[in-house]
Amino acid sequence: MINRLLSGDRPRSRLLAGVLALILIGLAFAPFLFPGTKSLDTAARICIFIVLAASYDLLLGYTGVVSFAHTMFFGIGAYGTALALSSLGPSFTAIVLGTAGGTAIAAALALAIGLFSLRVKAIFFAMVTLAVASAFAVLVSQLSGLTGGEDGLTYRIPRALGPAFKLMDGKIFGVRINGRLLCYYLVFFSALVLFLGLLRVVNSPFGRTLKAVRDNGFRAEAIGYRVVWYRTTATVLSAAVAALAGALLAIWIRYTGPATTLSMEIMIDILLMVVIGGMGTMYGAVIGATLFILAQTYLQTLMASAEHATEALPLIPLLVAPERWLMWLGMLFILSVYFFPDGVVGRLRSRR
Amino acid sequence: MSSTAIRPKLVAASPAERLKSAAPLLLAPVLAGLGLVAIGDGATWLTLTVAGLAMGLMIFIMASGLTVVFGLMDVINFGHGAFVSVGAFVGFTVLAWLAGWTQSPAVMLNLLAVFLAILASMAVTGGIGLMFERVIVAPVYGHHLKQILVTMGGLIVAQQLIHVIWGPDAIHLSRPPSLQGAVIFGEAAIEKYRLFAVAVGLVLFVAMRHVLRSTRVGLLVRAGVENGEMVEALGYRIRRLFLLVFMAGSALAGLGGVMWGLYQETITAHMGSEIMVLVFVVVIIGGLGSIEGCFIGALLVGLLSNYMAFLAPKVALVSTIALMVGVLMWRPQGLYPVVKAK
Repeated sequence: MINRLLSGDRPRSRLLAGVLALILIGLAFAPFLFPGTKSLDTAARICIFIVLAASYDLLLGYTGVVSFAHTMFFGIGAYGTALALSSLGPSFTAIVLGTAGGTAIAAALALAIGLFSLRVKAIFFAMVTLAVASAFAVLVSQLSGLTGGEDGLTYRIPRALGPAFKLMDGKIFGVRINGRLLCYYLVFFSALVLFLGLLRVVNSPFGRTLKAVRDNGFRAEAIGYRVVWYRTTATVLSAAVAALAGALLAIWIRYTGPATTLSMEIMIDILLMVVIGGMGTMYGAVIGATLFILAQTYLQTLMASAEHATEALPLIPLLVAPERWLMWLGMLFILSVYFFPDGVVGRLRSRR
Repeated sequence: MSSTAIRPKLVAASPAERLKSAAPLLLAPVLAGLGLVAIGDGATWLTLTVAGLAMGLMIFIMASGLTVVFGLMDVINFGHGAFVSVGAFVGFTVLAWLAGWTQSPAVMLNLLAVFLAILASMAVTGGIGLMFERVIVAPVYGHHLKQILVTMGGLIVAQQLIHVIWGPDAIHLSRPPSLQGAVIFGEAAIEKYRLFAVAVGLVLFVAMRHVLRSTRVGLLVRAGVENGEMVEALGYRIRRLFLLVFMAGSALAGLGGVMWGLYQETITAHMGSEIMVLVFVVVIIGGLGSIEGCFIGALLVGLLSNYMAFLAPKVALVSTIALMVGVLMWRPQGLYPVVKAK
């Protein structure tokens, strides 16, 4: 049963299996284990970013294509849902329509970009996507009539997903059973299904061919696989999943703006998650996203206290200031590309 | 015997073929002409054209290093923008030290201060380029994927280090008085600094062409672009040549950073990665590895951005993307594909 769910791709390391189970249990029972708005918010973000990082891993790790437009697709999904919710009013129809529309647009755009830049040279793709994604981000902040510009869109979601909606009176384990909880489980189960779906894709014959294309495109072409077709399909698929993750984010935080969905910072975050977690493993995305979001939320507090503790010394407080955490992550990133190209997951697997 | 020898037959290229090979050269004038038609007003057009040329040439300064580095060693440096930012910050620091010179009305003192700032920033970015190549790029030759990731990591670290050294805020600095203001040319007002930028860019392009075409180092670089293994087999240390080119490219990025910083009069740690979007568009349009293509691409992007900023400000950046898509449809490898591009 579990084997079926995981598409036969077991963690292949006791420690890794343990960590994954811990993450799964932690996320599944987050509202009860870690009560509080901040921790619930962190848990939901982890769910969403696991999907986002996993869909990026499909491209980076399994297909060997570097894209810098992943946040663009993420943003298109979020804006699709946000626009539908703000123009059609808070209803589930709006959510479905917006999500479907956003995903379709993201897939179409990915197809267009893939067709004209993957044809030539894989390295073009990285540069083209970087340029297109920046132009898109600028366009979104310029078209303020439609997208709310830099301020973004704030909207209401269906009442059944809001904190005011009571499913039952009283509490279970000291937690109110309200719409917010329902919303969390919507995010959680959607993320779980999407992740298992991606796992299914990479372990299918299609996923195997993707790996062949990654390892030796020339040879794959010679055997008779149409490399361009496989690369483009993977791009479209990962764009569609990224758009769905964007829709989840739009529903969860009830706000969509350039800073939360389109910015280059998020793109770099995704890169860090996938590389540090382990490229081409899918489970790496889970580990990477969880570690990263936890660090982003809680490590910065730790660094702030380190800054205070070292206040008397020269230079050191500047280096451990919470704003500098991206620098340390960047160094970790470079080191992990050199020394652990398989990331945390690869390390754990080779240890068993 | 001699009567049966096969004599080479010289066939003059047909006008159509000649037009085809020269077509990229015509693009910039054609675009300028279209701009004149679309804008309608001669004076405005002249102002915008000079602005476009200035912007294009500044982008060319930054892009040329990137494209030669790619052509020579198949290395794509996503961290190139870091050199632009560092160059701008070093240049501004020097200009701030020389405040006495930059604020005096004497033209020579102003230019000397700018010259020293440029020199300092080129020296620093060249040195950082040396370190960057040795520490970050050298271990990942031949792996495009790792190169992209590692140089991106280098960019993040460099931007953060700028924050540590110069603080997180943007720095403002006005240009020296002799580079401020505009020259009135007929009815068109042309900013002096733009003329300065055009002059620097053109001198650089001519110098670069000269180095590449008529010096020994240039010969080796061009040979390396064509076939690196052969150059190595002939006994030249291509790694050292590459290091030299990488440092020169980084220094040029630093120069571009100072020029761009003085143009905007404001610099941030992220300016490099912002301008890199245009740099990548230019490099792709020109064809990875080609200096001439890069030059034409830069002019096209500069002119188009300025015309569109006047005609339809909201879609200025999107129009350069459209230009890139158009060029790739026409020539999938860029305007002047380099042999190595595969």
